[in-house]
Amino acid sequence: MNNLSLRRLLLGLLGLAAFILVWKLITDAKLVSPIFFPSPQRTLTSLINGLGGGPLLGQTLETVERMLLGWLLASLVGIMLGALIGVSRRARAYIAPTLELLRPLPASAMIPIAIAFLGFSDQMVLVVIAFGALWPMLLATIHGFAAMEPRLYEVSAVLGLTRLQIIWKLALPSAMPMILASLRLGLTISLILAVVGEMLASREGLGQSVLLASRSFRSADLFAGIVILGAIGLVGSRLLSAAERRLLRWQATSR
Amino acid sequence: MRSALRNGWRAALLPVFVIVMAQVAATATQLESDSLASPAAIVAAFFAVLTDGSLMRATLDTLMAALCGCIVGVGAGSLLGIVLGLFRLVDDVLDLTIELLRPVPVVALIPVVMMLLGFGARMEIVIISLGLLWPSVVLARAAVKEVEPRLMEVSAMLQLGFLARLTKIVLPAILPQLFMSLKLAAGYALVVAVTVEITANPFGLGYGIMMAQQALRPAEMFAYLIWIGAIGWLMSLMLNAAQHHFFPAFAKGESR
Repeated sequence: MNNLSLRRLLLGLLGLAAFILVWKLITDAKLVSPIFFPSPQRTLTSLINGLGGGPLLGQTLETVERMLLGWLLASLVGIMLGALIGVSRRARAYIAPTLELLRPLPASAMIPIAIAFLGFSDQMVLVVIAFGALWPMLLATIHGFAAMEPRLYEVSAVLGLTRLQIIWKLALPSAMPMILASLRLGLTISLILAVVGEMLASREGLGQSVLLASRSFRSADLFAGIVILGAIGLVGSRLLSAAERRLLRWQATSR
Repeated sequence: MRSALRNGWRAALLPVFVIVMAQVAATATQLESDSLASPAAIVAAFFAVLTDGSLMRATLDTLMAALCGCIVGVGAGSLLGIVLGLFRLVDDVLDLTIELLRPVPVVALIPVVMMLLGFGARMEIVIISLGLLWPSVVLARAAVKEVEPRLMEVSAMLQLGFLARLTKIVLPAILPQLFMSLKLAAGYALVVAVTVEITANPFGLGYGIMMAQQALRPAEMFAYLIWIGAIGWLMSLMLNAAQHHFFPAFAKGESR
């Protein structure tokens, strides 16, 4: 078993090396003009310079902060609202269809509306992120509550539990797998909207940085920004996956 | 039937209430605003952009870009995913690279593609297909790996070539999953298309809503917003219906 995963790791590293080699060969042969497409070395140099003393580090922190704030806001509001709506069958019947109707609306389509109300400001970007990331968590919480074993509701009635106790002791734990999955999706959406918001509203951050780099044809800086954005996405989803596995251990053993 | 009618009445209550309240509030305060508009004004603006043809042109531009991006992205992604699912070695070699490339947010690629291709439909199609590529790869790969192993044994015994194995065994077996992948991709394609248009591309519905905002015409802005939402909703409705029609067993299992 251990042998097998070692083999996979080695093969994977081999593939990555081949990928970078092909990248290098393409740029060395100048198949694409170096103005548009930097070599791996130039990207790495720009990455190291930018992170060590350059502006990239600050911009990265700015973007991460924006993403996390918006995501936290969306998670709090989404799960709380979702719990309030999900716990009552009547509220579900009245409100859930409207929410389903709104769900396919692209989050970025709300950006002009947010600009109309808040102008090109940090709050505007934050509102857009929170609003866009809200939907998966809100709907997952409602669905999770609705999908709870009906017997559990009967049990809670027999035990004379209050609404709050039902939410806390029964519904939230049983909806947890869906909520955790939606948290991961929400983080992806937050990162995307943070970048879009920074591009549009010219707020400090990686989104603005890559846009400016592309406008002045600094392709190495542009690719360095993209590498960092990819790394943020990777680390975020890995951390949440690990948290998911840890929090859902009880479920794996009870099955 | 009767209960469906009653549930429909309940579902419609909230939106109708919100619209009526908005109209009452707008009329009572004699709304004059750069960011808000009354429902009646929104309806009027909708018919104005509908009759002068700008709405239809923008819709067509956006949908064409989304469709082309969908075909290219899902096609290339599914093909790669099938190859990865069939050949264990290729999968092992490319897995790490794909896992590293996958989390790059697609909007980060807007500046790159913009630099290479400039503005226009081509740039938008490329970005949409790049955005759809990785999800399609992952779904197709998982689907191929779940194909009944006996079928693979049969194809080995019949000594089918790669192409014959693909068209006679693998593709028919994973068709339902491929359709689901397409369904997810279609919704995502619309989102990416509108995002690209709002961010950069002077073209389509996203640009329309952005222009309406910058021209301080809130009624037109909300008309565009509702129209974009309606298109997304109609698209998912149609694709769901198609899925129920063509793959009834699969759709039932998924909806749980």
